[in-house]
Amino acid sequence: MKIIILGAGQVGRTAAQHLAREEANDVTVVDTDERLLRDLQDRIDIRTLQGNAASPQTLEMAGARDADMIVALTNSDEVNMVACQNAWSLFGTKTKIARIRSRDYTTRPELFVSTETLTPDKLFGFAVDMYLSPEEAVTAYIERLIRYPGALQVVDFADGRVRLVGLRALKGGLLVGRPLRELRLHIPRTDARVAAIYRKGESIDPEGETIIEDGDEIFFVAATQDIRAVMSEMRKLEDPVKRVVIAGGGNIGLRLAQTLEDQNQVKVIERDAKRARRISEQLRNSIVLAGDAADEELLVEENIDSADVFCALTNSEEANILSAMLAKRLGAHRVMALISRPAYAELMQTGPIDVAISPQTVTIGSLLAYVRRGDVVQVHSLRSGAAEAMETIAHGIRGGKVVGRPIEDIRLPEGAKIVTVVRGDDVIMAHHDTVIENGDHVILFLADKRHVEQVERLFQT
Amino acid sequence: MLAVLNVLGSMLMLFSITYVLPALTSLIYSDGMLLNFLYAAAGSLLAGALITGLTRKHKRELRSRDGFLLVTLGWVLMSAIATVPLMLGLPGLSFTDAFFETMSGLSTTGATVLTGLDTMAPSLNLWRHALIWYGGMGIIVLVVAILPMLGVGGMQLYKAEAPGPVKDEKLTPRITSTARALWVVYFLITVACILSLKVAGMNWFDAICHAFATLGLGGFSTHDASIGYYHSPAIEAVLIVFMLISAMNFARHFIAWQQKSLRAYANDVEARAMLLIIGIATFGVSFYIWIHGVYPSYWTALRHTAFNLVSIATDCGLVSQDYGSWPAFAPMTMLMLSCYCANTGSTGGGIKMFRTLVLFRQAAREMFLLVHPQAVTPVKIGGQVVANKIVFAVLAFVVLYFGTVVTLTFVLLASGLDFLSAFSAIIACINNAGPGLGVVGPASNYQGLTDFQTWVCSLAMLLGRLEIFSMLILFTPAYWRK
Repeated sequence: MKIIILGAGQVGRTAAQHLAREEANDVTVVDTDERLLRDLQDRIDIRTLQGNAASPQTLEMAGARDADMIVALTNSDEVNMVACQNAWSLFGTKTKIARIRSRDYTTRPELFVSTETLTPDKLFGFAVDMYLSPEEAVTAYIERLIRYPGALQVVDFADGRVRLVGLRALKGGLLVGRPLRELRLHIPRTDARVAAIYRKGESIDPEGETIIEDGDEIFFVAATQDIRAVMSEMRKLEDPVKRVVIAGGGNIGLRLAQTLEDQNQVKVIERDAKRARRISEQLRNSIVLAGDAADEELLVEENIDSADVFCALTNSEEANILSAMLAKRLGAHRVMALISRPAYAELMQTGPIDVAISPQTVTIGSLLAYVRRGDVVQVHSLRSGAAEAMETIAHGIRGGKVVGRPIEDIRLPEGAKIVTVVRGDDVIMAHHDTVIENGDHVILFLADKRHVEQVERLFQT
Repeated sequence: MLAVLNVLGSMLMLFSITYVLPALTSLIYSDGMLLNFLYAAAGSLLAGALITGLTRKHKRELRSRDGFLLVTLGWVLMSAIATVPLMLGLPGLSFTDAFFETMSGLSTTGATVLTGLDTMAPSLNLWRHALIWYGGMGIIVLVVAILPMLGVGGMQLYKAEAPGPVKDEKLTPRITSTARALWVVYFLITVACILSLKVAGMNWFDAICHAFATLGLGGFSTHDASIGYYHSPAIEAVLIVFMLISAMNFARHFIAWQQKSLRAYANDVEARAMLLIIGIATFGVSFYIWIHGVYPSYWTALRHTAFNLVSIATDCGLVSQDYGSWPAFAPMTMLMLSCYCANTGSTGGGIKMFRTLVLFRQAAREMFLLVHPQAVTPVKIGGQVVANKIVFAVLAFVVLYFGTVVTLTFVLLASGLDFLSAFSAIIACINNAGPGLGVVGPASNYQGLTDFQTWVCSLAMLLGRLEIFSMLILFTPAYWRK
């Protein structure tokens, strides 16, 4: 697939990295900053072009004429919208994805017209097939983590009916120290499936006899309403979160405060006094504090020791790490930090910070789903991008490579596993004899990302 | 260092495939050289496997600085290994001379130390020409095209080997497909050249050999008298056309082929400047030697000037006449042209036309600024602004280039060679042109040099082909500092 990425910012760079890693993609990145581009081209195998992303001339030079997809990820919503429109009007580019930040736009979806379903008399709005809002995605992600205290990662499948949860097993969980097959005895009416277990960083194959140990990192899938019950098996269930402290009143901090403020006590710490004043005007029930999140005295004064969750969400990841560590030492129950660099995230997650949130991997999933061959609905990166979970639709007639076969007969590559099947409204936990039917949404777990293409090919008809 | 050796090992293993072509030739002509090529192939394969095996623990993604070491070591090692069939097939040939010959082939210089080419085993002749052909587009680029595992490392290699000042631009997003695209275009033009030469009157074997020599702008011939052997205006005309094509940017050929139109050439300032300069020089020099009575008719003078001047100016090095005996103005003009006529991204050598244009525009800008101190004037080539960074890089390159020429000329003078021979030998070698003047002139060859002088010339060829930076960087302490 020939892909043009507009904008070499953080999201653009991560997108380029992920997309170029897959052999079949030819990626061209456009940005106005030549230095960023040179640096990028030295590290990954792509073509770069300096220019204004919305300009028809730049688009043509970037190869829009025979590109399959344009991903507009510059930091200006307007440039992204115009770039997609130009690519469609002038070059007829098939898939156009834009990053739209402002709620002003996203709350009016009629502004965006998918050209896949476009009829000539409906020619209004911008030709954007899909829009991403990284801030919205990250906010939703953090919100899910707060809803399930103890979870490291919570991702949605099948429109939120099924969730995959990653967590660390702790003494006090009912199943810890016992073999996996007893899960059914403990909670007979709910169905869940353990997809993977990581012990000291190494992946081990979960089988009926596998004994869960204290400290194991476990990924399981269950229907959304059963998540809490299953989690209680792995670690002592914590009380629902009440007090949340958010460090950083940027886009994400503000949105998170807005979503949480009705059910929780929210405090937002913002360093810039003007910005603090602005967000205080937009929030109804939250307390906005103008000050430094790494200021020990401020944290103590605001009772950090009774906070259930501390979220460091500023633009600077170093500041996030430091303030989260400080909050933890001062007694915050659970601390999360926005950390972009995978190397930092890995360093921190085994240390004092409970959850490292990588904003790019959260955003990149829906983009990857669009690029994949076969009918891929959703892709989520797990464990800082090393593993992956994806939802794909099985098509074909009985007797094909997938459809009509029981799972044990499907030739999956090493480390790939079918975890759950969603058929219509039913959520079916996969067993070795579950037969896949046409139209099933199949949720797979891939321990090794390099096998992604093999899985895609399997489901491609 | 060890990671570099690991990749080098797989390159050597791949290199053994290149012996297939001469081995087949040997089978067809049954010239008794078959075993030599098989030994050489086996040797290359074993050496490669040994190196890869011993260093397999150090395998890792290449970093940007590894490219320079890999490219330089690769060229030296492959030249050394390519000597095996020559030394086995020509008893009495010293390693010094054999290395000079293979380096001359791979670097597309085309200077030779061998005589009796007409009676040499066909497979050996083909081997010499095949080396030019591989070296023309770049053996490392070829490896990049074949070994996708190099990934980003491939880009570093490509940058270290490809000629020209602006190397960041890729034709396609993937480096392997860029390398492949270049080789496909190169291959297709070679086929066209072979067919044209056959139609013009060569036999198949000579046509293939000379097409290799022309496309790579190398200049080996299967005859001691080079193209003079044929006395054929048709062959000379065909060669002139293909030499000029090869001296243009192959990326341009690729775009033209992709768009199926000649529009790509329309705004190629480099090619236009080259054709203009060569055209003017051809008419000027032919008129000059006609006035001086070298040839009785102007048309003969024009024919011989056209062929030899184009050949030297594009750094090919095929000759049809002993132009060394022409009045000194003529051969010196040709040598001067060889310094800068070839285009960026071509198979020719020297400073390259793009750099020359940048230098002149920069000089013009400085003068303009003396008149209008407040003026803002970016350096532009063909309407495109050339970044100051590139202008500085060009200046640095030219300084190193002339520095190298002067230094090596003095080394040859110190070793006892006369000035004309020493200077012309270095110029011809560093530009990868081929024949010089005096002792190393078109009527003789580099056989007359001492062993030491031969090594100096081999070094000049390698420096010229890798455009000095890639190789000299290895001799800076900064490169080796951990």
